[in-house]
Amino acid sequence: MSGAFTKTMARNIFYGGSAFFILLFLALTFDTSRALPQRDNRAVITEQVALGKMVWEVNNCIGCHTLLGEGAYFAPELGNVYKRFGNSEEAIIAFIKSRPKEGVPGRRSMPQFNLTDEELEALAAFLKYSSEIDTANWPPNIQG
Amino acid sequence: MKYQSQAVAKPYFIAAIGLFIGQVLFGLILGLQYVWGDFLFPEIPFNVARMVHTNLLIVWLLFGFMGAAYYMVPEESETELHSTKLAWILFWVFLVAGALTVLGYLLVPYATLAEITGNKYLPTMGREFLEQPTITKVGIVVVALGFLYNVSLTVLKGRKTVISWILLLGLWGLAIMFLFSFYNPDNLVLDKYYWWWVVHLWVEGVWELIMASIMAFILIKVTGVDREVIEKWLYVIIAMALITGIIGTGHHYYWIGTPEYWQWWGSIFSALEPLPFFMMVIFAFNMINKRRRDHPNKVAALWAMGTAVMAFLGAGVWGFMHTLAPVNYYTHGSQITAAHGHMAFYGAYAMIVMSIISYAMPILRGREAANSEKSQVVEMWSFWLMTVAMVFITLFLTGAGILQTWLQRIGDNPLPFMEAQDKIAIFYWMREVSGVIFLIGLLLYVISFFVGGEEARLDSKGASATASPAMRRTDEV
Repeated sequence: MSGAFTKTMARNIFYGGSAFFILLFLALTFDTSRALPQRDNRAVITEQVALGKMVWEVNNCIGCHTLLGEGAYFAPELGNVYKRFGNSEEAIIAFIKSRPKEGVPGRRSMPQFNLTDEELEALAAFLKYSSEIDTANWPPNIQG
Repeated sequence: MKYQSQAVAKPYFIAAIGLFIGQVLFGLILGLQYVWGDFLFPEIPFNVARMVHTNLLIVWLLFGFMGAAYYMVPEESETELHSTKLAWILFWVFLVAGALTVLGYLLVPYATLAEITGNKYLPTMGREFLEQPTITKVGIVVVALGFLYNVSLTVLKGRKTVISWILLLGLWGLAIMFLFSFYNPDNLVLDKYYWWWVVHLWVEGVWELIMASIMAFILIKVTGVDREVIEKWLYVIIAMALITGIIGTGHHYYWIGTPEYWQWWGSIFSALEPLPFFMMVIFAFNMINKRRRDHPNKVAALWAMGTAVMAFLGAGVWGFMHTLAPVNYYTHGSQITAAHGHMAFYGAYAMIVMSIISYAMPILRGREAANSEKSQVVEMWSFWLMTVAMVFITLFLTGAGILQTWLQRIGDNPLPFMEAQDKIAIFYWMREVSGVIFLIGLLLYVISFFVGGEEARLDSKGASATASPAMRRTDEV
């Protein structure tokens, strides 16, 4: 790169290009914010669902699982677990409750988190809410 | 060393290498847990080990970036650092805060850590890579501000170069984007949308400015090529990085509840994201070919070229592989993502930090320009062991990911997650073996610091003799 293409031109492309695409990104973000209420299932975010998200976070569930495909890849996707468990919050609660303290010999096992009934119900409500977000038909099938 | 205050970079580099070793050890634990499910269970469950693995990565890279800035900025600005004392204080604050956080992860259940650090007053914990307690996050912001104050004042009082300016821009961007980690709404879609403003706009945005400026600095030093040429390249590369990378954020907005037009924006712009990395390869090899001196620190040049190539492969090629929305529909959140993550972080960021350490550390330790030939040979061995091991880790994870995607998402009778995992265990075993080789490479890297011998000198190889004094301009070692 030499001759006609000068450092000043390169600098102008950097500043001009960056500024333009930052503004474009902000405009798309603005439009996304307006479109989200139709997709993100916000109508059902109750205090219980919010508590469920908190339970999800303070037990670091994302450290093993994915949620809508993001997280760790050690344990199953949970964005659709409500549907995979037959649209049942009770099944989710029963599964979490029944994890053995000492694990399963030789196998991956979810820890026993000793959650209260209130926390379990909230977590299940949060996972139900998550499963009803419009994710453009992801995951491809029920296995996640 | 031209300026006394550059010496403060040394503890930062040492801490970076120490934490890197910790990161790799926990990586080996994780790799083993993939195939030996109850290894260390329930004492160190997978999620805890993973948190330590990824958080140590972030922290050691930050140590590396800060060390790089403390080394580069005085030399670029041709003046002493504003405050060496502040740099030392912040070093200890950051190291102690980091150590306490990791101990917190390991010694108490995560929920207890959230409880005792008052997460409920400002909940920010429990999101991937941002697992740090809120008070640690506040600490990171305080350290970052003190650091930015220190280097910014240094730049302002001295010579202003494009390299130091771009470095500052990247570092300020890093601190500013991190502020989004404090925004954690109940709405999962919004949470994820802005979470990416930290994660994506770091690694595919502002961190690339830091990486490119460190690369430019090293290339000026080891090749003696005219600064004007290098700065022009620097501008073009970072322009491409931001032009493609900002809208490229859209490749994370395909399946998280955001509008479907992001599949177009994300696919088109992130398909262009390999360009700046490709240009960096051309840049590095061109500059080395056009070198005006044979710098005695050969291994630093090797690291710089290796960084460009591996960043292009890991971030560019492996990123492109699963970035188009129709492909990503099947690969999203699979081992393909893990494969890409490993090679991209190693190639772009671990290697750029090792490049600047390799260049600066001999000088910080009182050598004229380089370690002994013997020490450099050991370091080159470590370069090849780690790099080849990482290539294999990536290939095995890619194999695992392709099979996982097929078994669980594409085939006629999609298998449940764990059944698919059992069928691909052989790939995880081979990944673990590659991981052990990586660790051997890393240990060899540490050993290379203690290999003695007569230091390689600037003049001994007729170094700067190839360039006439008139051509050498201002940028000496």
